[in-house]
Amino acid sequence: MRYKLLTAALAATAALQFAGPAAATDLEVTHWWTSGGEAAAVAELAKAFDATGNHWVDGAIAGSGGTARPIMISRITGGDPMGATQFNHGRQAEELVQAGLMRDLTDVATKGKWTEVVRPKSLLDSCTIDGKIYCVPVNIHSWQWLWLSNEAFEKAGVPLPKDWNEFVAAAPALEKAGIIPLAVGGQAWQSSGAFDVLLAAVGGTDTFLKVYKDKDATFAAGPEVAKVFKAADDARKMAKNTNVQDWNQATNLVITGKAGGQIMGDWAQGEFQVAGKTAGKDYTCLPGLGLNEVIATGGDAFYFPLLKDADKSKAQEVLAETLLDPKTQVAFNLKKGSLPVRGDVDLNAANDCMKKGLAILAKGAVIPWTDQLLSQDTQKQKEDLFAEFFAKPDLTVEEAQKRFAALIASAD
Amino acid sequence: MSKSERPNPLFRNLNAKVASIPMILTAMAVFVGGTVWTVLYSFTNSKLLPRLNFVGLDQYYRLWATPRWLISIENLLIYGAISLVFSLVVGFLLAALLDQKIRFEDTFRTIFLYPFALSFIVTGLVWQWLLNPDFGIQHVVRGLGWESFSFDPLYNSSIVIYGISIAALWQGTGLIMCLMLAGLRGIDEDIWKAARVDGIPMWKTYLFIVIPMMRPVFITTLVIIASGIVKVYDLVVAQTSGGPGIASEVPAKYVYDYMFFAQNLGQGFAASTMMLLSVVIVIVPWAYLEFGRRK
Repeated sequence: MRYKLLTAALAATAALQFAGPAAATDLEVTHWWTSGGEAAAVAELAKAFDATGNHWVDGAIAGSGGTARPIMISRITGGDPMGATQFNHGRQAEELVQAGLMRDLTDVATKGKWTEVVRPKSLLDSCTIDGKIYCVPVNIHSWQWLWLSNEAFEKAGVPLPKDWNEFVAAAPALEKAGIIPLAVGGQAWQSSGAFDVLLAAVGGTDTFLKVYKDKDATFAAGPEVAKVFKAADDARKMAKNTNVQDWNQATNLVITGKAGGQIMGDWAQGEFQVAGKTAGKDYTCLPGLGLNEVIATGGDAFYFPLLKDADKSKAQEVLAETLLDPKTQVAFNLKKGSLPVRGDVDLNAANDCMKKGLAILAKGAVIPWTDQLLSQDTQKQKEDLFAEFFAKPDLTVEEAQKRFAALIASAD
Repeated sequence: MSKSERPNPLFRNLNAKVASIPMILTAMAVFVGGTVWTVLYSFTNSKLLPRLNFVGLDQYYRLWATPRWLISIENLLIYGAISLVFSLVVGFLLAALLDQKIRFEDTFRTIFLYPFALSFIVTGLVWQWLLNPDFGIQHVVRGLGWESFSFDPLYNSSIVIYGISIAALWQGTGLIMCLMLAGLRGIDEDIWKAARVDGIPMWKTYLFIVIPMMRPVFITTLVIIASGIVKVYDLVVAQTSGGPGIASEVPAKYVYDYMFFAQNLGQGFAASTMMLLSVVIVIVPWAYLEFGRRK
């Protein structure tokens, strides 16, 4: 009798425990969006997910992606996976997928007709490994922007440049007025990113793809790329007086008119907005440095680790659907300053620069970004090379190009 | 009969031996096992996850062809030489001065030892500010009227490693001083009296009598300093993050960056194996001299 009672009690508790989470499943989501604008954007995602009756447990990791990714990866490989996690879509999570640690979302994708709504198509391609879809792209962040301070050019008495070449020509006048022509922060990814932008802008789309997609080392050592290195040499000379580390400090130099311009991704726009500046009046943006108006389709995506818990797996599906929901896409991307991944949403509230980006996107002038084309290993070597190139004037252009070509030869 | 008189040495202090078994096992599994595992996988092309796909010495060839690794090694040598020489010399001098039965010895000892209570991260940040040309020493001196004074080691590729060494010395010398002071206090008063009776000048007593007697202290100090040199990482991260460019990179940072940022375990393991090898090259001959010849 007593035994029976105990079993009944146990069964009841078990049932309770089971019933509890089924009603509202907690799903931990890790990401590295911690700055003011980013946190506001994440809150939109959380709100949308909570509205489905589940609960978003925020797992923000401070520091940049470089700090956060090792933590996320070690949690997944160490057997303590979160419900969902941010990565830049592309090759960062490739090996986790190959090791079978990530969840296949193909069913959810077929149901939601992702192949039809996600634009451009390359976004979904970089989520696809062996024909299966493993991630949900949430936004497009493009690097190809030159941000110019109208105030700085006024002070130097030169007209606002329309492209990179005019900008380089205006550099001496800016310097004479005590303005740093180009702000490049000390972090390695900034100089390496600036070079990649120059490669696509000065060299052109074909050059960019030949180097990073086909990994043609002979071409990378050739005259086409030499032109780009010449431009990078101009850039480092223009940037030599920037004594700041972080990208937002460099953006701040442009905002305050202490620097003429900065090559930085569209996330810099958030800084201008926070400072109360208006596009066109206080600052100007030139997509593709005004030379080659393309947009790279880098950005953020969410990956879902394979979980044993059936309820949580179900909640993962709900989250995946929520992330691509048109309403969520608009609310999230307006706060984030990035472009939505679906073409069928309305972005009237977007500002001038965002509209320029949307127009380029609509024309289909897109290129894949280095996160999608190169392994993290190659990316890091590239960062090391350009960090040295920008900081060390006696590293010659020829020597740097030779090392770059060798790097491309061994790239994967 | 004879057995009870001379017990098997294996069973002497049996309790102590049994008690130390867990520690021995931990050391074997964690230290030795981990080391063997790391060395083994350094011969593979493991990327994000360890995989047993052997590629011979490829990772090592790549390592030694990488400019950043060569710069790291060069920096480590400069930093090591400076740390070793200056912390020993300055530490000993401070200890000798404190040993002169001065007043407020405790106060001075506390002041000198205080920086050691700070972590390398805090030390690095403090010195990053002090050496910043816009806020630190250069700014103060210029404010006093020397307009052309220039002191910005952290922003100059060719001398940045010296800027880092200054912070390391400031942090670490206090500890060396305390170790030396303990050693000096361990010298018998009678030695000093005898030296004085013989009319030997003080500096000669230190140099030819006291220092040779302090040999064990010096060896302890040397091991502490040397291990601190090889593993230097956080100080660099806090002060310069390896910059400007890659001018202040160190091997430990290379290992970390390639294992976690670049997702290339094989390359990181190869670099850490080289670090281990360099330690072994230093330690083995010394251990042989130190422990081998007693037999």
